[in-house]
Amino acid sequence: MKEFMLIFRLKSGADSKPSPAQMQERMNWLASIAAQEKLVDKGKTLLPTIDSGRHISADQVVTDGPFTELKEYVSGFIVVRTENIDEAVEIAKQNPIFKIGGSIEVRELLKS
Amino acid sequence: MEKPTSTAELIPGLFRDLYAKMTAVLCRHFGLSDIQLAEDIASDTFLKASEVWPITGIPATPQAWLYTVAKNKVKDYFKHKAVFELKVKDNIVKELNEKTLPDDIDQRTISDSQLAMLFAICDPIIPIAGQISLALQILCGFSILEVAQALLTNKETIKKRIFRAKTALRDGKFELKELSDSQISARLAAVLKTIYLLFNEGYYAQHENHIIRKELCMEAIRLALLLTAHETTNLPQTNALIALMCYQSSRLDARMDKDGAIVLFEQQDVQRWDSDMIDQGNFYMVQATDTQETSKYHIEAAIAYWHTMVDNQSKWEYILKFYNQLILIEYSPVTALNRAFAYAKVYGTEAGIEETKKLNLIKMSHYFGLLGYLYRDLDQADAIDNYTKALNLASSLTEQDVYQKQILALR
Repeated sequence: MKEFMLIFRLKSGADSKPSPAQMQERMNWLASIAAQEKLVDKGKTLLPTIDSGRHISADQVVTDGPFTELKEYVSGFIVVRTENIDEAVEIAKQNPIFKIGGSIEVRELLKS
Repeated sequence: MEKPTSTAELIPGLFRDLYAKMTAVLCRHFGLSDIQLAEDIASDTFLKASEVWPITGIPATPQAWLYTVAKNKVKDYFKHKAVFELKVKDNIVKELNEKTLPDDIDQRTISDSQLAMLFAICDPIIPIAGQISLALQILCGFSILEVAQALLTNKETIKKRIFRAKTALRDGKFELKELSDSQISARLAAVLKTIYLLFNEGYYAQHENHIIRKELCMEAIRLALLLTAHETTNLPQTNALIALMCYQSSRLDARMDKDGAIVLFEQQDVQRWDSDMIDQGNFYMVQATDTQETSKYHIEAAIAYWHTMVDNQSKWEYILKFYNQLILIEYSPVTALNRAFAYAKVYGTEAGIEETKKLNLIKMSHYFGLLGYLYRDLDQADAIDNYTKALNLASSLTEQDVYQKQILALR
């Protein structure tokens, strides 16, 4: 079995204030992964406000959150355990984030 | 629900609801070293209600009335005890009188008392079977018969177990003091098991006529939720147990028709499943995520999750996979039968019959019930034959009723 991180991206801060129904939909999606014994880490949600992020460039210049320059920002992550990357992608496709124009990156974790 | 108007209607309900809670509150606030005493005072209080209420009428707040009476009875007890044993010393009597119950017995007082009581009873000096028996009796207000049925044994065994457990607690100077974190962790397994059995008793109750004792199920969920409020007890397995109970509870209403008869899963109206309960279950299922440990509750919660889905092939493949795991962690004939059912769903009826027959549980009604079910579409005579055997072994009217209906439908 391999482990994959699903990295969620949203377009703007407004999308990250989900309605209770949207939150429940996301929770139901997470539960369906847990019920297949494929949820390794239920992950975290990253705060979307300007004050909550800093970007440090190679020359160590610190700027406020990444939101001004980037079209998308990382909104959260989880880790799943599947046979292969295709299975992880199939799981990711069920996430309701696509309904609000978000996207998901699937990345295999290096086994320590 | 209609409000009961007579004492005779009101008291049994209040008793079931309050007796265990009152015993716990009494033990907690007076540090009674003898549980029996707390139980006696609680019983006396209800006896008094049954004598007084028919004459004076039902008080406006029956619950407050009962707690006030109990409180006075405890005061009286200490007074008598002090007078009797200590030969009248004003200051001692006064001191004891000051240890009264808080004026306001709110939900929080009751909850904390019950939880403290639960942990106190799950003391390692008592064998685990004794702990569970005692907790079900004192904390959940079960009769000896109900405890025996919940633990699949007989009344005599339970009586002895409870007697020994109480003696052990008394000899061990039982006190409801605050337990340390390490003591809480050590006792958590027994506490979860007790809550699990309480829930099962409510969900599968096979005796008397109140088939699904919803309040017991809700009581179990309530106790488990209390555990999530404390860091030491808010563990993945606690959350898994809550998820399991929420998923199962979502079908409590759909499982019973308007006459109180059981409706089998396949005949249930999906619209009557409680989707809020399923949502709650999903929340706790996610909270239960843990890379280190897959407990029995995680597996059972996963099975219960798939049962909240309408039938499809992958559903049964998951269920079978989880039963394969469960049977290795904790074998029981019931688990083996459930696994055989899932096996039939995945590999077909004939393979399922073969798998079931390997178990050869010829003393269990459910074994023949399952065979009867599997033979339905293959061989009518075999189906009737198995259902008849199941009927003869069935212990409850409810279960007999289920088999009788199946036989009638086949003829």
